[in-house]
Amino acid sequence: MARFEGTSSFVATEDLKVAVNAAVSLQRPLLIKGEPGTGKTVLAQEVARALGKDLISWHIKSTTKAQQGLYEYDAVSRLRDSQLGDARVHDIGNYIIHGKLWDAFEAQNAPVLLIDEIDKADIEFPNDLLLELDRMEFFVYETRQTIKARQRPVIIITSNNEKELPDAFLRRCFFHYIKFPDRETMERIVEVHYPGMKSLLLREALTAFYELRELPGLKKRPSTSEFLDWLKLLMAEDIGPELLREKSAAKLIPPLHGALLKNEQDVHLFERLAFIHRRGG
Amino acid sequence: MFIGFFLALRAAGVKASLREYLTLQEAMQAGLGDYDIDTFYYLARATLVKDERFIDKFDRVFAESFKGILQPKPAALNGVEAQDLPEEWLKLLAEKLLSDEEKAQIEAMGGFEKLMETLAKRLEEQKARHEGGSKWIGTAGTSPFGANGYNPEGVRIGQQTGRNRKAVKVWDQREFKNLASDVEIGTRNMKVALRRLRRFAREGAAEELDLADTIGSTARNAGFLDLKMVPERHNAVKLLLMLDIGGSMDDHITLCEQLFSATKGEFKHLVHLYFHNCPYDTLWTDARFRSADAVPTHDILNKYDATWKLIFIGDAAMSPYELIQPGGGISSWNTESGQDWLQRLVTAFPKSVWINPVPEKHWNYTQSTKIIREMFENRMYGLTLEGLDAAMHRLMH
Repeated sequence: MARFEGTSSFVATEDLKVAVNAAVSLQRPLLIKGEPGTGKTVLAQEVARALGKDLISWHIKSTTKAQQGLYEYDAVSRLRDSQLGDARVHDIGNYIIHGKLWDAFEAQNAPVLLIDEIDKADIEFPNDLLLELDRMEFFVYETRQTIKARQRPVIIITSNNEKELPDAFLRRCFFHYIKFPDRETMERIVEVHYPGMKSLLLREALTAFYELRELPGLKKRPSTSEFLDWLKLLMAEDIGPELLREKSAAKLIPPLHGALLKNEQDVHLFERLAFIHRRGG
Repeated sequence: MFIGFFLALRAAGVKASLREYLTLQEAMQAGLGDYDIDTFYYLARATLVKDERFIDKFDRVFAESFKGILQPKPAALNGVEAQDLPEEWLKLLAEKLLSDEEKAQIEAMGGFEKLMETLAKRLEEQKARHEGGSKWIGTAGTSPFGANGYNPEGVRIGQQTGRNRKAVKVWDQREFKNLASDVEIGTRNMKVALRRLRRFAREGAAEELDLADTIGSTARNAGFLDLKMVPERHNAVKLLLMLDIGGSMDDHITLCEQLFSATKGEFKHLVHLYFHNCPYDTLWTDARFRSADAVPTHDILNKYDATWKLIFIGDAAMSPYELIQPGGGISSWNTESGQDWLQRLVTAFPKSVWINPVPEKHWNYTQSTKIIREMFENRMYGLTLEGLDAAMHRLMH
C-alpha cells in the first residue's frame, strides 16, 4: 500500500500523514476540519497526486441532496421526450444521471473522492450517506440494479464546522484537525511555494505576519494562503526586509496590507493603533 | 492497557465508542501504530476524537494514562521499578501488537526475556554514562518505547529518548486548549452555535419547480405537462435581541460585542434593543440611550408576535429594588417594577432565554440573578459555547 508522505508542493505535518495513511489503509473516510485557508481542499488533490489516483470532487452547497451524489432520475427530460414521442423514453436507464459517488465506485482504479464542505448541506445529509459510505454500494430503484464499488475509493471529507455532524457518521471516519501552521512549518510551506526566497525577507515577513495574527480584536485573522499571496506581492514589488522590520517594530500597518486584511474594521484598527503609537512615541 | 485508556477517555467526557476503539485496534494490527509513541498518539487521536473541542481533553487523558510509562517519576528512576514498569507494559504492548511473524523474529533473536535483558543492560550502561551529569532524569532513558529498538533493525535507545521527549511535548503543549467547549468563545464559534437556530421554511413567492408535484399533477392531467412551483427555502427564524449595556456589563463588553456581530451576520429577521440593567417602559435602538432612539416597550410587545424568539443578554446583577420595586430604576422613574415588565416580555414571547456572561457558579450569590432565573424558569445560560448551544436548543424546541 502506497504511503502518503506529503508532496513537493504540499507540506504535511506528521499527524496529518498518520491520519491520511490510516484512512487509506483501513479504507475509511477521513474527515478534515480546520481554519479556513489551511489547505483542506488542496489536501485531497495532493493525496490523489501522491498516490497516483484520479480525483473526483463533489462540492457541497446548501441545496445539495445526498441522492445527487448517487444518481438523479431526470424525470423532466423523460416527460418531455414522452410528449414528443421519442423512442428513448422506453428505457428508463437513459434518464438516470450518474452522481459523483457512482463515478467513484465505477472507476477502474480506486480514485480519491473529495466531499468538500459537507457541513454546508442539510443536517440530514451525512446520515443519508452512512450506508453508502460504509458498504460502498447503493441501490438504483428505477433500474433495480445495485452499484457496488469495484475498489473502495479513498474518501476525504472537509468541514468548516457550520453544522454539527451526526455521531453515527463521525464514528465511521478518521478525524484530523489542521491547526494553523507554526513558524517552522510555515517556513517549509513557503520554501515549497517560493523556493530560494531571500531568507532575511522571509524572516521579517513571518515576524510581521505572526504579530498581526496575534493582535487582539482582529475580526478576521489572515490565513496561510493570504500570507503566500502577500509574500508574492512583496517579491513582485521588491520590498526590502528593512522596510518590513521598520514597520513591524513601529507596529505600523505592514506594506501591501490589502493582501492580509480583508475587512475595513481591521484596517481601521491598525490605523488607530498606528496613530496611538505615533502620538505616544 | 488500552482499555484503561479508553475508559478514562470516556470518563473524561470524550465520546469515543466501542466501534472506534475497535478501529484503533484494527489500525494497530495493520501496523499503522508503528510502535512509535508519536505515531500512536496521532493515530489514537484521529481514531477516537471526532471533534476538535475534545482534543484538549484527549491530550490530558493521554498524558495521564501514559505518564508512568513515558516519564518515570524521578524518584523511581534510581530503583528497580523504573525498569519493571515499562517491561510489563512492553510485554502487553507486544502481545497486542506484534504479528506472529514478528514474534518469531524476536524468538530468533533469543526470545523476549533475552531481549529484555539486553535492554536492561543497555539502560544500565546509559545510566552509568549519564549519572555523572546532572540532567539525566529529564531525558528519561528508561522509556518503554525503546520498543522500537526491538525491531530487527537494532536498538536505538539514544535516538529514542530524544524522540520521546518531543512526543511528550506534543500532547503536553495542549495546543488545542482554546478549542475546548467550556472556555470562552470567538466570533466564529459563536456563529457556529447560533446557526443551530436556523430553521428553513418555504415562504414568499413561488419560484422553484416542485418536481414531485409537477409529475403527480401531470399524470392526473392525462400526460399534459402541468408545472407546479414552490417558494424557495430560507432561514425563517425571527430574533429579538435585548442587550444590557453599561454599569456592571462593562466587564463583558468584548464578549457581547462578539456575540452581537455574530448574530448580525446570521439572521435576516433580527431586531436588537438595548436596556440598562433591567427593561422598563422604554427600550433603546442604540446603545447611546438618546431620547431619539427610545422605543416604548409596549410598542415592541404589540409589534412582534409570539413567533419571534427573544434573547436577553445581561449579567442580571442589580440591586433587588431595581427589579421588584416601582421607582427602583436607576436612570428614570418607573411606575411599574422591572419584574412586571420582564414578566410581560416573557409571557409575550414564550420562546425566550437569558444569556448571562457571568460564570454560572456565581449566579447564586446575586439575588437579582436568582429572581430572574426563576422568572425564566431556569432558561438562563452562560455565555460559553456549551451555554449558547443549550440556549439555542431550548429556543428551537
